[in-house]
Amino acid sequence: MVAEQVAQQVAEQVTETMMSQPAPSDAARSAPQSRPPFDEPITDWRRRHLLDVDTLSKDEILRVLSTANAMAEVLDRSVARTPALRGVTIFNLFYEASTRTRSSFELAGKILGADVINVSGSGSSIEKGESLVETLNTLSAVGADAVVMRHHASGAPWLASRTITGHVINAGDGQHAHPTQALLDAYILLQEFGDLSGRKVVIVGDILHSRVARSNLWSLTTLGAEVTLVAPRPLLPSSMAPGASEQEHPLSLPSVKIESDLDKAIVGADAVMALRIQNERLQGKLLPSSAEYARRYQLTAERVATASPNAIVMHPGPMNEGVEIAFDVAHGSQSRIEAQVSAGLAVRMAVLFLLIRGGA
Amino acid sequence: MTKILIRGGRVVDPAAGVDANLDVLIADGRIVQIGAELLEADGADVVEASGLIVAPGFVDLHTHLREPGQEHKETIASGARAAARGGFTTICAMPNTDPAMDSAAIIDGVLQRARNVDCRVLPIGAVSKGRKGRELTEFAALRDAGAVAVSDDGDAVADTALARRAFEYLSDIGIPLAEHCEDPAISQGGVMHDGAVSARLGLRGQPASAELSIVQRDIALADAAGAQLHCCHISTEAALQAIADAKARGLHVTAEVTPHHLFLTHDAVAGSGDDLLYDTNAKVNPPLRTEADVQACIDALAAGIVDVVATDHAPHAAIDKQCEFDAAAFGISALESAWGVVNSLVDSGRLTLSEAIERLTIGPVRAWNLDRGDLRGLGTLRVGAPADVTLLSTDALSRVEPALWASMGKNTPLAGRTLVGVVAATISQGRIVWDGREQ
Repeated sequence: MVAEQVAQQVAEQVTETMMSQPAPSDAARSAPQSRPPFDEPITDWRRRHLLDVDTLSKDEILRVLSTANAMAEVLDRSVARTPALRGVTIFNLFYEASTRTRSSFELAGKILGADVINVSGSGSSIEKGESLVETLNTLSAVGADAVVMRHHASGAPWLASRTITGHVINAGDGQHAHPTQALLDAYILLQEFGDLSGRKVVIVGDILHSRVARSNLWSLTTLGAEVTLVAPRPLLPSSMAPGASEQEHPLSLPSVKIESDLDKAIVGADAVMALRIQNERLQGKLLPSSAEYARRYQLTAERVATASPNAIVMHPGPMNEGVEIAFDVAHGSQSRIEAQVSAGLAVRMAVLFLLIRGGA
Repeated sequence: MTKILIRGGRVVDPAAGVDANLDVLIADGRIVQIGAELLEADGADVVEASGLIVAPGFVDLHTHLREPGQEHKETIASGARAAARGGFTTICAMPNTDPAMDSAAIIDGVLQRARNVDCRVLPIGAVSKGRKGRELTEFAALRDAGAVAVSDDGDAVADTALARRAFEYLSDIGIPLAEHCEDPAISQGGVMHDGAVSARLGLRGQPASAELSIVQRDIALADAAGAQLHCCHISTEAALQAIADAKARGLHVTAEVTPHHLFLTHDAVAGSGDDLLYDTNAKVNPPLRTEADVQACIDALAAGIVDVVATDHAPHAAIDKQCEFDAAAFGISALESAWGVVNSLVDSGRLTLSEAIERLTIGPVRAWNLDRGDLRGLGTLRVGAPADVTLLSTDALSRVEPALWASMGKNTPLAGRTLVGVVAATISQGRIVWDGREQ
């Protein structure tokens, strides 16, 4: 009971600090030295899996982010460890290369006291041609409490959620979704602006192939931001192109502003997020060249100067500096790109904690 | 040989313009008499058909039987049993087997294996050797061995130069080229329709323009060559418009639609709940399209711009579908649900019963000129025609339960749905091959 009250207090505090200045790291330092009650079951979290952010309510998103704030506090301790997930086995099942997501999920699990086992495409039965369903059944059979999954096929985590008994956390599926990236981006934006209502967020780049863009569309619109997508037509889903049929389709992505001219879209923006563009898409088949792309869509200091004076610059990484983003912008004072990576750890700790200790 | 008297049913024979309560007498594999209240012929088995529609056996221009080479998905025998249960008495087997049906010898082998199965099997030969799209097969030899059309179905004849020569060479062979209308340069490995749902699901899409591109190209090539173009499984409004225009110009173009393109949209891939399905059983090529496309397909079918309903029956093993959407096989097992789907359009008033039966019987026979030789009268209930008869209910409800199907392919996005219309019994070449009246 007492523990629950403290939990409530911590949650309220962190939510408050999220919604207002000063930055929560300061607030966390000045917060009472009560240890977050990580050993109590969480009764107000009912989601079993985190597959995408498309069905999360604003309250649910804020709940994850306030928990992430509590996790950031743990990370600030001299010995950043808590036994909140002791005895829990988490598998990191990665079918694609990853640095940030994979290492931060691994670290997140370890800081929370879980046993974390990495399985990747090479050096496992996947290499011998084992099917995804069989691999998942195997992980289930050895007692996986949760599987963190990165897969090249869109929808693979949905298949996993119907296959295994444990929790499934989508760490990026094909061109579809990357929910923890969207959550950490929301964390950074809320930290900066307190409230996203009416804030202008520009996402520029390869929307068509981007799971980051798709997930961010859901969370940012849920949080009230005004999102503009900027891309040349070949990098835009055809259903989003001006004049496309089925714009009102019930299954479609959130309806947002679409713009092909970055110079127009960026004016007055509060945040600009550049997406990674793969080099092979800039070799004349899909788009003419990286120089032509940079000419129209690179985040340059000149372009960022036309955004709001307090605008921040984001990028999910890994970056092609000099292509979608200029070096000085990537490392300038408005950049939050490193902060994104740091926030990723706290957010992933929060996700693991809520799903595994939650009521579903 | 056995005699069968089908008594008390409502005979609907669109070819003859008949819709009346009549009895049908069969003997020696042929229809020998049709009339009101026929006397019981000596020794005839009586099939009571009161309350049922008595129609010519259905003819499917587009079936994948998987034999030779993929007998774990379907065999000629199991596919023929599925056909019988679906009311089909003639099915045309697509050549994308392993090896492909690209020579007279392989066609012979298929016909041997099909000799005693539950329906008539008419083979389709490949357009190119090994279906590789590089060299033409021997069209005359294939025809003489029994091929009723040529097709590289599964793929278009993508090489325009080869397609041009194929149409030219076919011009005096007398069988159509059944084209899989998908320009691979445009579809680029898309796994579903390119639209709002593919954007949502992050799946690579096949734009509608991939279909239109090949339809327009082939209309031009077939027109120049004076050959017949048959457009398989048309799925988009724009391609239907191009076909309507070609027909209006008097060109020899025919077209088919599948039951699923008349009934389902790309929404089926995602499902209707919060939980995205990524339903691999709804992965089919051409993909399920938009609601506007479905409506255009129904309208074109009713207007006769589309001549034929063909199933594109594409059975797969469970393992081919229990996997990531990208990795899953394309195709829907369709023979045993076809009537329920087509009849639903009758039930909702979009087609007349006679139109629905026409597109499943004499429609395909005329499209491919199958009414010849031993098959004279195919698709009709004329005296002297092959004794292929299907007994149908238009109002009985049935749940789609693939586990009970004869087809080895249980892959259908319709599983669990209730359809209106049941195939009550099927008589193929004078033999009762399916009788579901007491089950």
